Amino acid sequence: MKRIFLKYCITMICFGAALPLSAKILHEERSLYSTIVVTQTGNTRCLQFDVRSEQRSQSCIDVRRPKQMVFSYTRMSITSVLFAEAPKNILVIGLGGGTLPTAFHALLPQARIDVVEIDPAVISVAKSFFNFQPTSNLIVHAQDARVWTKRALLGPTRYDIIVLDAFNGEYIPEHLMTQEYLTETKSLLTPTGVLLANTFTGSNLYHNESTTYAKVFGPFINFRIPESANRMIVAPNIKPTDTQLKARAAVWSDRLQPYGVPIVRFARLLTKQRREKPDWRQNARVLTDQYAPANLLQSGDE
Amino acid sequence: MTYLIYLLAFTGGFVIMSLELLGGRVLAPYFGSSIYVWGSIITVFMLSLSLGYLIGGRWSIRNPSLMRFGGIFIVGALLMYPLVSFAEPVMQWIFKSISDPRYGSLAASTFLFMAPTIILGMISPYSVRLLVVSIERSGQVAGRLYFVSTLGSALGTLITSFYFVLHFEINTILLMLTLALLSMSALAIMCDKFGWYGDAE
Repeated sequence: MKRIFLKYCITMICFGAALPLSAKILHEERSLYSTIVVTQTGNTRCLQFDVRSEQRSQSCIDVRRPKQMVFSYTRMSITSVLFAEAPKNILVIGLGGGTLPTAFHALLPQARIDVVEIDPAVISVAKSFFNFQPTSNLIVHAQDARVWTKRALLGPTRYDIIVLDAFNGEYIPEHLMTQEYLTETKSLLTPTGVLLANTFTGSNLYHNESTTYAKVFGPFINFRIPESANRMIVAPNIKPTDTQLKARAAVWSDRLQPYGVPIVRFARLLTKQRREKPDWRQNARVLTDQYAPANLLQSGDE
Repeated sequence: MTYLIYLLAFTGGFVIMSLELLGGRVLAPYFGSSIYVWGSIITVFMLSLSLGYLIGGRWSIRNPSLMRFGGIFIVGALLMYPLVSFAEPVMQWIFKSISDPRYGSLAASTFLFMAPTIILGMISPYSVRLLVVSIERSGQVAGRLYFVSTLGSALGTLITSFYFVLHFEINTILLMLTLALLSMSALAIMCDKFGWYGDAE
């Protein structure tokens, strides 16, 4: 309940409290993996994966200013550019409306971006309603991320930035939240790469997920911003100094303006938060392929 | 003896469904957890059970005994437990040779789960053979037998998915299922040896 409430709060902060009343449904579809609903409220168009809880938006755009990032976690994900300079290969797990890969593609047109999304229906909805346009440098793969990752490991490509955001709400793919999967994903990183993961807060799973990431990546930055309940795990292979982080943020600042990403403030928060002590239970059991009851842990309140 | 056979059939049903559920977990790291992975698992289990029924029924014609019945459980246990160490290399090999995860998961389920499930499928018809003493009662006996073993399956499904996975590793659960099968066979064989027979129906 707590998590639902938090998500509700986030959404409310994003849209203002009066908006749900006038939401118009543009498209509704039952796919193999979820129920996909596209709604529009004023100029905000959203992709939702669950009709039962009204405000479970996965991805939103402002149709007048499509670059503007409506959601905190997409804005937070952009901070990856501070850790991996001039990235050549970017991997995004989980498409949603495609806001993040589209932004990466616009900001770093030379980079090759691979997106892995299990649900073909989500891909076609992202194309028709959210301006998601694959190109020769922005490629979307309709596959299970675990299977895709295992196969990618057999190939030569390694990634400078990996963003994990495969968790859309009701059901967590448990095989994407284990020590083994994270180890495989870590092996896809370049020696100077960075991994970011949008994770769950507000339930028992927070602790298990944290110890699992810590087990694989060692100490990571527990990135949080005051205006959101999201927690972003930032695990860079090379840790830039505070000065470097701030300098890079200053360089990116203007270019990120249209996206609504306050990168200078984010960099300041990152330099502060990288020194903070873990706020999760250190003895929480690490999730593995052998032990992965993520959904059961998630449904139990903290 | 009647209760003993029902107990064994119950355990067989429990183990079959517990194993089937664990199958999804075992395959997920290589083939994902999409609907086709479950499709593969269920297909293989259904196919194996159907073969097991056929073989078990055939095998029950000559010299049916508790001893042989217990033997089914030992063989089932011996074919199931190696999953703990063989599942990984088998899946690795299949993953590298078959790129389509649908056929990959089908091949993997066949390799990993077919043999133990065929053996476990033999339990039901063999139980019927041991329990039936008259034609008039045969339908009732079969009905009770299905009732008990399917009840075992229901409980195996529920307990595995609700509680076992929350507390134990997959390999630990497999060990527990193996031990359950072995203790059932020990019980059957002891009853046979020491002649603890009651009256059959």
